[in-house]
Amino acid sequence: MMTRPDEWKLYGETFKSRLLLGTSRYPSPDILAKAVQLAQPAMLTASLRRESAHAKDSPVFWKLLQNMKIPVLPNTAGCHSVDEVYTTAQMAREVFETDWIKLELIGDDYTLQPDTLNLPLAADKLIKQGFKVLPYCTEDLVLCQRLVDVGCQAVMPWAAPIGTGKGPLNAYAMRTLRERLNVPLIVDAGLGLPSHACTVMEWGYDAVLLNTAVALANDPVHMAEAFANAVKAGRSAFLSGAMHAHESAQPSTPTLGTPFWHHA
Amino acid sequence: MMVWINQQSCELQMGATLKDAIAFANITPPFAAAVNAQFVPKTLYTQTSLNENDKIELIVPITGG
Repeated sequence: MMTRPDEWKLYGETFKSRLLLGTSRYPSPDILAKAVQLAQPAMLTASLRRESAHAKDSPVFWKLLQNMKIPVLPNTAGCHSVDEVYTTAQMAREVFETDWIKLELIGDDYTLQPDTLNLPLAADKLIKQGFKVLPYCTEDLVLCQRLVDVGCQAVMPWAAPIGTGKGPLNAYAMRTLRERLNVPLIVDAGLGLPSHACTVMEWGYDAVLLNTAVALANDPVHMAEAFANAVKAGRSAFLSGAMHAHESAQPSTPTLGTPFWHHA
Repeated sequence: MMVWINQQSCELQMGATLKDAIAFANITPPFAAAVNAQFVPKTLYTQTSLNENDKIELIVPITGG
């Protein structure tokens, strides 16, 4: 199969894959490893928690991460203030030995909606400390613009609330965002089907980050592959330029010379 | 003196440092530490003196989305 070269950049680093994959909620570490092997994501997300609650599973996960040799994107999941974000990010930088950070600042526990008022403050603080910040945010245009203003070189709007699998709920806002912002846009959260990933890639989004849709599939390994293929298909369609939709039918077979035309 | 390690109380000798608390916790690397919600880099463990009722967080890598 011929594929056109289509690398992309985040904070000056080049990536081939446009799929970022979460590592949580898989049936087993082995299934996670196989899913990653098939999907070949650009990055894997990871997190930090108290040792007392994860003394057994943390060493297993750490060894798995080391073996997979894929860049790690630590998150600040569960943080509810700028200070919590900052401390967690510093701890993540030391543990994972990376400046990358997926900025999560939760403003509402029920919807896991980001704290949109304080997100730019948190991003600004992290960027000034040398972090490469990928903020999880809503599809609000002004918020995303503010995040870019403080130095985020990419933003990650949700398609729908985390873990819902509902797919893009606000197509108008997401397409407007794509039209207005010139930084890489990564859809983060809310995708449930490969067709959702394909759709946002067709709109011109640069990548998708997902976890639950793969991890909770009956067969996570092949669902990871399905998402990887959907992302590639959507990207290829975007680059190819889709036709404009018409209100009326347009015959695809030439009508000139049609036999028996209007004989009846 | 009494300090808190990941929300569990424990008794350390007066003058104990963060390094002593980590030894008490018997934690396997990699991990990172914070005292009273402030990150402490590993290079400062031996210099970080603890006080009565300090809250120490020792965190490890886990899966995440």
